[in-house]
Amino acid sequence: MMQYKGWEGFVPGKWCDDEVNVRDFIQRNYTPYEGDASFLAPATDATKKLWQIVCDLTKKELANGGVLNADTKIISTLTSHGAGYLDKDLEKIVGLQTDEPFKRALQPFGGIRMSEGALEMYGYKLDENVKEIFTKYRKTHNEGVFDVYTPEMRAARSAHILTGLPDAYGRGRIIGDYRRVALYGVDYLIQKKEEDKLAMSGDMTPDKVRNREEVADQVKALKALKQMAAIYGCDISKPAETAQQAIQALYFGYLAAVKDQNGAAMSIGRNTTFLDIYIQRDLEKGIITEEQAQEFIDHFVMKLRIVKFMRTKEYNELFSGDPTWVTESIGGMGVDGRSLVTKTSFRILHTLDNLGPAPEPNLTVLWSKRLPVAFKRYCADISIRTSSIQYESDDLMRPEMGDDYAIACCVSCMQVGKDMQFFGARANLAKCLLYAINGGKDELMKDKVTGKPMQVSPEFMPIFGNDALNYEEVIAKFDNMMTWLADLYVNTLNLIHYMHDKYSYEALEMALHDTKVRRFFATGIAGLSCAADSLSAIKYAKVYPIRNEDGIVVDYRIEGEYPKYGNNDDRADEIAVWILKTFMKKVKSHYTYRDSVPTTSILTITSNVVYGKKTGNTPDGRRGGTPLAPGANPMHGRDCNGALASLESVAKLPYEYSRDGISNTFSITPQSLGKED
Amino acid sequence: MTGRIHSFESFGTVDGPGIRFVVFLQGCPLRCKYCHNPDTWGKGGQEYSVEEVVNRVLRYKNYFGEKGGITVSGGEPLLQIEFVTELFTALKAKGVHTCVDTSGVTFDENNADSVEKHKKLLAVTDLFLLDIKHIDDKACKELTGQGNGKTLAFAKFLSENGKVIWIRQVLVPNITDDDESLKRTRAFLDTLKTVERVEVLPYHTLGVVKYEKLGLEYPLKEVEPPKKERVQNAKRILFGENYD
Repeated sequence: MMQYKGWEGFVPGKWCDDEVNVRDFIQRNYTPYEGDASFLAPATDATKKLWQIVCDLTKKELANGGVLNADTKIISTLTSHGAGYLDKDLEKIVGLQTDEPFKRALQPFGGIRMSEGALEMYGYKLDENVKEIFTKYRKTHNEGVFDVYTPEMRAARSAHILTGLPDAYGRGRIIGDYRRVALYGVDYLIQKKEEDKLAMSGDMTPDKVRNREEVADQVKALKALKQMAAIYGCDISKPAETAQQAIQALYFGYLAAVKDQNGAAMSIGRNTTFLDIYIQRDLEKGIITEEQAQEFIDHFVMKLRIVKFMRTKEYNELFSGDPTWVTESIGGMGVDGRSLVTKTSFRILHTLDNLGPAPEPNLTVLWSKRLPVAFKRYCADISIRTSSIQYESDDLMRPEMGDDYAIACCVSCMQVGKDMQFFGARANLAKCLLYAINGGKDELMKDKVTGKPMQVSPEFMPIFGNDALNYEEVIAKFDNMMTWLADLYVNTLNLIHYMHDKYSYEALEMALHDTKVRRFFATGIAGLSCAADSLSAIKYAKVYPIRNEDGIVVDYRIEGEYPKYGNNDDRADEIAVWILKTFMKKVKSHYTYRDSVPTTSILTITSNVVYGKKTGNTPDGRRGGTPLAPGANPMHGRDCNGALASLESVAKLPYEYSRDGISNTFSITPQSLGKED
Repeated sequence: MTGRIHSFESFGTVDGPGIRFVVFLQGCPLRCKYCHNPDTWGKGGQEYSVEEVVNRVLRYKNYFGEKGGITVSGGEPLLQIEFVTELFTALKAKGVHTCVDTSGVTFDENNADSVEKHKKLLAVTDLFLLDIKHIDDKACKELTGQGNGKTLAFAKFLSENGKVIWIRQVLVPNITDDDESLKRTRAFLDTLKTVERVEVLPYHTLGVVKYEKLGLEYPLKEVEPPKKERVQNAKRILFGENYD
């Protein structure tokens, strides 16, 4: 039933039959594009002027030590700030996180200490009143977690065998279906949520009470979203009627999410094919030109580029910069065989020309062999010139996720609006192997009271003597230690996410999900290649332990050669596969919070450096403190059979055991790709 | 049959068409002053059977596409010509494109046994990358330790037997980049019927560290990589009518 003006001209279907079904809308209405990039329009004068303002502010921010301005008093909510602009008269897509560009918001619900610390690092002082509220009257996620951590969890955390846990900051990685705001308008979404809440009746078990409360919070968030738009003079209660309105409404949805949450990754979804339907409709009606269409997209992307959070310097060190992971997933193939590439897929990549290269938004092309040739060529062309596109295998993800999934952060895929996830940082398996050898005593940390090596796991039997390490013995102990670590890891995450739901619930983002949502429990692994090479060394060479005065093995002497992961040599690669499968099976054997589906990822892209700092010498010859390899990469310099051998090793890791993603960092100079264009 | 192998490169993109699995064989009779792989000169390397190498190569067959395949390089791969022939025979049977990167110095046109061996190799080789070190016999001896007679004879042999050749010319300032030599090379190429392509490889200094590691004196210490104009000039002369 086409009850709204905004729906005129669209092919009806399930999507408008009393449902929320964005995928159905897209499938019935989008126009696949097989042509080339020649239709694209350059930046308008307004775009250039606005971008100059952003560039000037960026310079000022750098000169000011990394932060230009920060709120110390106003707690960020959807409606906490008045309207803010770069230049009101020029902006086609409006909305800032605070009332001024580059002014960072105060978001203390994850943890007040993190907020205070971050402010102090940049020379700001948290308002006393706010501090009092969040220490005396309003508990934060961080406080909740530390109230319930067991001593063992604290020890594992400070020894960094568990690292990067989202216990003091927003967990992020949840992608609202921001398209719903444009397609349905907020009133419709509120109505659907009210209906869902009404259906949650019967015995009021704690779970049901929580669900009802969450939906009530979602409705409140949607109402606040409308108010937020009203602050900018926009009414988003009804479906968008034009392309500009659609982009604006979608962006407001996202803006509300980043006002609400300072999450580790605040990805935006898969929007270009959806938006293209609106742009196409306006172009066909003749009410906009290609220049205007591009201008809307340019201004939208500009806004995504200036999303900023207040974070500590350690946090930025962990992630090597100040990333927001505004990942936008582009292209891919439909399950019906049509490509999902539209003209707007080109338009969004074209922002890299109109505004210049940038790391955010993280433009991610869902790659398939079957993508239109002209689009592939355009991607290659932009990649060569800007190095700013990320690629992921749609052919690998589509069979499991369908054709309306998006990437959160760098590799983690979810169906938009249908799946969410509990982000779980990583377990350091290289360190776990050292614990297996030392019976759970840390190779670097000392117990503060006794001054002896810190016992992190229960006292397992260590390896005795100074003979060459016996592979079978090490494997058996490593298996046991992984059992312990998986148990501790899963349960640490169980309580972290309980507290995040309780004290820093993402009401707005979850309001843009189906109420009956699938949840993933996203664990992660660090140090895979280091652990695999270490075991390979123990198996194929002779590795002698070297002990310190406390009897702890702190170094290793290797005699002979051993096969290394990264050379397409099954002897080493099979060890890596075994580690992944074994650890994942152990993770899966546990209760995971809210019936979530356990997944794992191997994707430390930058934090491998920090994790390496906290890991002592390893049996593969790696020196203590030096970086682990990123993601599933071979250890640096050990792959000596060329790129394909290295990639083949990585490709042996079974995706079904690492459904949350496998990353391999690979750079290559143009010259090594051949001699001609 | 086994071969002595220096190393493997699974993603070769500059030694023949497409993506190539490159096998670097150990050992070389030449001592080219600009050689960037001095570690492949002497004895050493690791023994591999034909079967082992075939298994390695076939793992990358998916990447070869329509053009790619295997390239044997070195060192001088034809020092182990029987091994290469047997390897290529096995790979041809599996539909892999085969290519040799050689200086041709193992070819002796007056020795029936040598001719026979090279003929057998030709039967299983799709493409030869032939490195003409220097068109002047004396200068060639000065540069590599051996004259160019065998190389030129091998080129003719390939041409007569209808084997496709890609000529490679390493461009070293003041040694191989003078117009006269380049023109003489071009004139020689004009006598061949199967030259499909000529490649100019600008001299580079990436091999210097290897000399240091091996404790060898680097012979071209004073030589800088050629300037762009010189590379263009060489291409203009060597490409003949194909230059654009």
